[in-house]
Amino acid sequence: MKKKLALTLTLALVLSLTACGKSQDSGSDEKSEGVMTYAEYVDAALDSEVVIETYVQAKQSWWEDKATLYTQDKDGAYFIYNAVCSETDYDKLTPGTKIKVTGYKTEWSGEVEVAEGASIEIEDGNYVAPVTDVTDLLGKDELINHQNKFVSFKGMTVEAADDSGAAFLYNWDGSGEDGSDLYFNVSLNGETYTFTVESYLCDSSTEVYQTVKNLNVGDTVDMEGYLYWYEGVNPHITSVTVK
Amino acid sequence: MKIKWKKRLAVLSLGAGLLTLSGCHGSKALPEFSVPADFDASGNYEITFWAKNDTNKCQTDVYQKAIADFETLYPNIKVNMKLYTDYNRIFNDVITNISTGTTPNVCITYPDHIATYMTGKNTVVPLDGLFADEKYGLGGSELLYDGPTREEIIPQFLSECVLEEQHYALPYMRSTECCYINKTYVEKLGYELPEVLTWDFVWEVSEAATAKNADGTFALNSQNVMIPFIYKSTDNMMIQMLRQKDAGYSTQEGDIRLFNDTTEEILYDVAAHVESGAFSTFKISSYPANFLNAGQCVFAIDSTAGATWMGAEAPLSDISEDAFVSFETAVRMVPQFDPENPRMISQGPSVCVFNKADPQEVLASWLFAQYLLTNEVQIGYAQTEGYLPVTSKAQQSSAYQDYLARSGEDNKTYYPIKIDASTLLLEHTGDTFVTPVFNGSAALRNAAGQLIENVANSVRRHETVDEDYMEGLYSDVTALYRLDQKDIASGGKQELGSLPGAAVLLLAALAVSWLLILLYVLRDFVKKKKKH
Repeated sequence: MKKKLALTLTLALVLSLTACGKSQDSGSDEKSEGVMTYAEYVDAALDSEVVIETYVQAKQSWWEDKATLYTQDKDGAYFIYNAVCSETDYDKLTPGTKIKVTGYKTEWSGEVEVAEGASIEIEDGNYVAPVTDVTDLLGKDELINHQNKFVSFKGMTVEAADDSGAAFLYNWDGSGEDGSDLYFNVSLNGETYTFTVESYLCDSSTEVYQTVKNLNVGDTVDMEGYLYWYEGVNPHITSVTVK
Repeated sequence: MKIKWKKRLAVLSLGAGLLTLSGCHGSKALPEFSVPADFDASGNYEITFWAKNDTNKCQTDVYQKAIADFETLYPNIKVNMKLYTDYNRIFNDVITNISTGTTPNVCITYPDHIATYMTGKNTVVPLDGLFADEKYGLGGSELLYDGPTREEIIPQFLSECVLEEQHYALPYMRSTECCYINKTYVEKLGYELPEVLTWDFVWEVSEAATAKNADGTFALNSQNVMIPFIYKSTDNMMIQMLRQKDAGYSTQEGDIRLFNDTTEEILYDVAAHVESGAFSTFKISSYPANFLNAGQCVFAIDSTAGATWMGAEAPLSDISEDAFVSFETAVRMVPQFDPENPRMISQGPSVCVFNKADPQEVLASWLFAQYLLTNEVQIGYAQTEGYLPVTSKAQQSSAYQDYLARSGEDNKTYYPIKIDASTLLLEHTGDTFVTPVFNGSAALRNAAGQLIENVANSVRRHETVDEDYMEGLYSDVTALYRLDQKDIASGGKQELGSLPGAAVLLLAALAVSWLLILLYVLRDFVKKKKKH
């Protein structure tokens, strides 16, 4: 009897752990009733109401009960701009947290997002998106299909950020100071792109901020970040590795 | 070049004016400042200067040079600068630092914000005593630089810094809004650009610009995008329209008059032009400059302090070079309801001095604040954008006159659109106005813009904008900006309603007790009197 009980309990424990593992590792993209798939979100007209379930990948900022979030599900990414969110709820959001977002789809300088004022509900579920290598898509039209995703760029070369030969600038024109956004140029196959360390997302205490401050023109770097858009591709970089 | 998408956050940080003021009251009050008889040059002072720039390297260069030059004159004063790119962040940080007694010494600010800072006792230094000081005041005998006298500060700009009948700031730079126009498109549509734009003209041309070709592209530019009229600051849009119509906004004392019939008429107009696609806003669509320069906009209204971003030859831009189109750019004052009596907002940074325990430190701060009004700083900063120096001393100087005269020599220092914008304000300083300043005025300003933004968004989302909508809108915006709590914020009287029953009972019991005590004393007194 005791052996049977012990076996039953062991099996139950193993099964429950397996279930937990699935939930933690992959989550579920089965959408609740009334919730759009990513494809439906993409097809939705601008200024139309959208209801999505997605997973927080990174938090950019919280300001007076408004949260800005980088989120993604298995099929695509959603940028949530200034959603209504208490500080208490914001603190509960960690990478992978599942949320339901109800708001309006909009576009601002090329960035498609859920507009300011959306509501957020925290749901059960967890999913951290793997990084997508988009190096080969730089300069190609298909890149926009990965907008807002967690992406990587590999083997790029640091170029001068201005005429003085600096490897990075505080703000786009050097008008900032330590703590401001960092702008730096990287090239691949003869084309140069401007990448950003967004200081609300990664402030001056972060490793990526310090790494970019120590870059030298000519360095070869691998990078990860979120594929933000502003009048063209404008990735918000979260890690840089000098090769 | 990717610049300033985050500026959008700055503009959208609407509720900064709504921050709780309790922090201001929690700090230990400083003694009232009085001007020392002499500046103690043997002491060393380290002061902090919180400066605002428009994400513009030239402006930070001017600040840095000003600090270096000042420190050369006053080697015992070290100035540490912290840079900001928007006013609301400065405001937020100042409020936080009032509660901890760690305010900066000198700070770029708006009078609206000072009104809130002043809820902390003796937090901001009243400047009238310093202005008038013979040695260290405006044009004072002991100054080590050639600063302006009080009379040389443009009176209108100086008066904007008066709160509670005292000056709490110095004007630093002034700007207004203006309309940057694709004149080529206006004429292509068959119109002649007037010297003074009217609202009717702008709406009419904007509607005409929405016409499309059979293939769905816009007839005017053969592109897929055309937003004929884009307004950057809808706060200013509403405020100026109301002022031009002599309609209510607020009283000097802070009573709110924003929600009136004229406001509603304006909002219906806005709704109609959003519906037709003739009008949009920065918050909804993006920077007016991006559309104007790409030939996707006819009328772009933005600050004169944004002039270097505007126009077919703009030296600064967020859009790629290949997105630019060629057109003739014109600058006009904002549209008017009465062209004979134009009215436009006066805006731009002012500078205030925070109180400290050591009056000598405050005096050192004042010396630096005043230094920002010297010709070199004024003219240097004014040249970075479509700003106007705030002193007649700078405006009339040969250096500034030479700068204006060289308009068009290049597309950098002498960019003609920038100089046109400055000239516009120079010529119309007398037509500018400011809104009343009180604790809560920053929130009211935000609310004015929010009305337009909400209506525009609702129309785009196919909601019905009617009487019921307006009622709900007024209620929502009042709640969002806590406009109904203004009296609480400003320490005014509130209607508290009737007392709770328990309180009434307690007070009644106290009254009865006192009555019985009084009767006992009286009876005792009468008894004693009878005995005698």
